[in-house]
Amino acid sequence: MSATRAAVTIQGVDKVFRTRKGGEVHALSDVSLEVAAGEFVSLIGPSGCGKSTLMRLVADLDPATGGEITVFGKTVEQARKDQDYGIAFQQAGLLPWRTVRANIELPLEIHGVDARARKERSDELLALIGLEDFADHHPDQLSGGMKQRVAIARSMAERPRLLLMDEPFGALDEMTREHMQNELVALCQETGAAVIFVTHSIPEAVFLSDRVVVMSPRPGRITDIIDLSFSSRDEDLREDAAFYKGVTAVRSALHGGADASPGPRGVENR
Amino acid sequence: MRGSTTARTMLAPVALGVVAIALWQLLVVAFEVKPFLVPSPSGIAGAFTESFSHIVDAAKVTGLNALIGLVVGGLTGILVAIFANALRVLSQMLAPLVAALAVIPIVALAPVFYAMFGAAAHTGRQIIAAIAVFVPMYLNTLNGLRQVEPVHRDLMRSYAATAEQANRLLLLPGAVPYVLNGLKIGSSLAVISALIAEYFGGPANGLGKAITSAAAGSNYTGAWAYVLGAVLLGALFYGVTAGIEAWALRRRGGS
Ligand SMILES: Nc1ncnc2c1ncn2[C@@H]1O[C@H](COP(=O)(O)OP(=O)(O)OP(=O)(O)O)[C@@H](O)[C@H]1O
Ligand SMILES: [Mg+2]
Repeated sequence: MSATRAAVTIQGVDKVFRTRKGGEVHALSDVSLEVAAGEFVSLIGPSGCGKSTLMRLVADLDPATGGEITVFGKTVEQARKDQDYGIAFQQAGLLPWRTVRANIELPLEIHGVDARARKERSDELLALIGLEDFADHHPDQLSGGMKQRVAIARSMAERPRLLLMDEPFGALDEMTREHMQNELVALCQETGAAVIFVTHSIPEAVFLSDRVVVMSPRPGRITDIIDLSFSSRDEDLREDAAFYKGVTAVRSALHGGADASPGPRGVENR
Repeated sequence: MRGSTTARTMLAPVALGVVAIALWQLLVVAFEVKPFLVPSPSGIAGAFTESFSHIVDAAKVTGLNALIGLVVGGLTGILVAIFANALRVLSQMLAPLVAALAVIPIVALAPVFYAMFGAAAHTGRQIIAAIAVFVPMYLNTLNGLRQVEPVHRDLMRSYAATAEQANRLLLLPGAVPYVLNGLKIGSSLAVISALIAEYFGGPANGLGKAITSAAAGSNYTGAWAYVLGAVLLGALFYGVTAGIEAWALRRRGGS
């Protein structure tokens, strides 16, 4: 992949948190990863392995301790200022005094989009997440999964070339989850956006991703990257043998670790 | 549902008040207490209705001073809190000053203000009320501005929002419940300060002055009637600001 076609390049990145008592938490150690434009990459790994941390570094919400990250060839700070990414956090993070519609329109409002264009876009997104009837509700009148859907719509409001999503479907029921996964796939194909997607679900990672990045904790690092080159991503894929093969590959990478894996790992697509 | 809960929470204090007044009347009559010690409730009620229009006029004067103090002190408190929240140094510089304002009885400055602005002006009273309101307004607003959730802070940073946008879209709306609570506390302080400031001089057409001159003229029942007027004025201020608070919080859709 040439550097100019890369959405995100991460090179030898370290992150050390200094705690108030003078201790140190080595959250990320020598992490390198390149995400191509339009590519869908999932991060998977046990709790505390640094998935959210890595995402925050790419979003320029925390500074890296060492190494280098670029987003579309720019520094992370420049990319943030240029609004090159949309982000959905682990918590929905809606503003409680704003209606669902006003929450979705927040980034558009901040960046000076006029009221009519804002409304047009929020109508589209409300339809996408299936919450047209809740446009004028406040967040405290929504279920956890509905809030998360609003947060996802908000992250897509400006049609970013890069989406950073931290367990966005964690609070959804299985039905809605599959529906949102299908929508996300369709959306990415349509807009050609690159996605960095954190999840705890192996089937979800396999269904959505071009590549699945497996991480391990203490210190957080990448232990395996599993390539999945499915020709198409539709409902049939969920029943496909290739899909199950992918699931097995990710599972053994996750449980066995890189070296001492006993089971059938390293399926051809690694 | 909500109506019946409100009625039930109102019932207990009202019942207590009725019992207390009945007991008071009973004791005054039974022991033949002299009016200059404690007048009977019926006596006060009589004096209140008798001089009702004068009490209303006097309440308007004191109420206007309190209102001006509430608005000026309230807005200043919010504005200074916004700057203090943005500039850490400023909040550290202001901390001892605000603490001093909170413990010094501001009304003690009344004679100084009468000397400064002349005995015919209400300005000193309004300033005293404003200072009294400023303290809870500033402290509550600053506290409210600091309640931002980390995820919301991150969100604004990810949007590269300016400080002005973050204040307008995130910090201030988030601080609204705290500001309104400060306003509620400030409303009572405004009335009390404006009233007490009258004890130290200045124009003689307010409620405070009416209380002192009635007492000086040995019209104790009359003095109590004006005190009742002051109580009602304070209750009006408190009731209106509490009403604004309840309305705004309901409208904003929970928290
Ligand atoms: N602000 C912080 N200060 C100190 N330590 C932190 C901070 N943020 C994260 N950490 C530590 O860094 C490590 C990685 O945390 P991170 O939130 O990235 O994990 P994660 O992989 O997202 O976990 P989960 O799946 O539970 O969300 C953890 O050990 C955590 O305690
Ligand atoms: Mg996380």
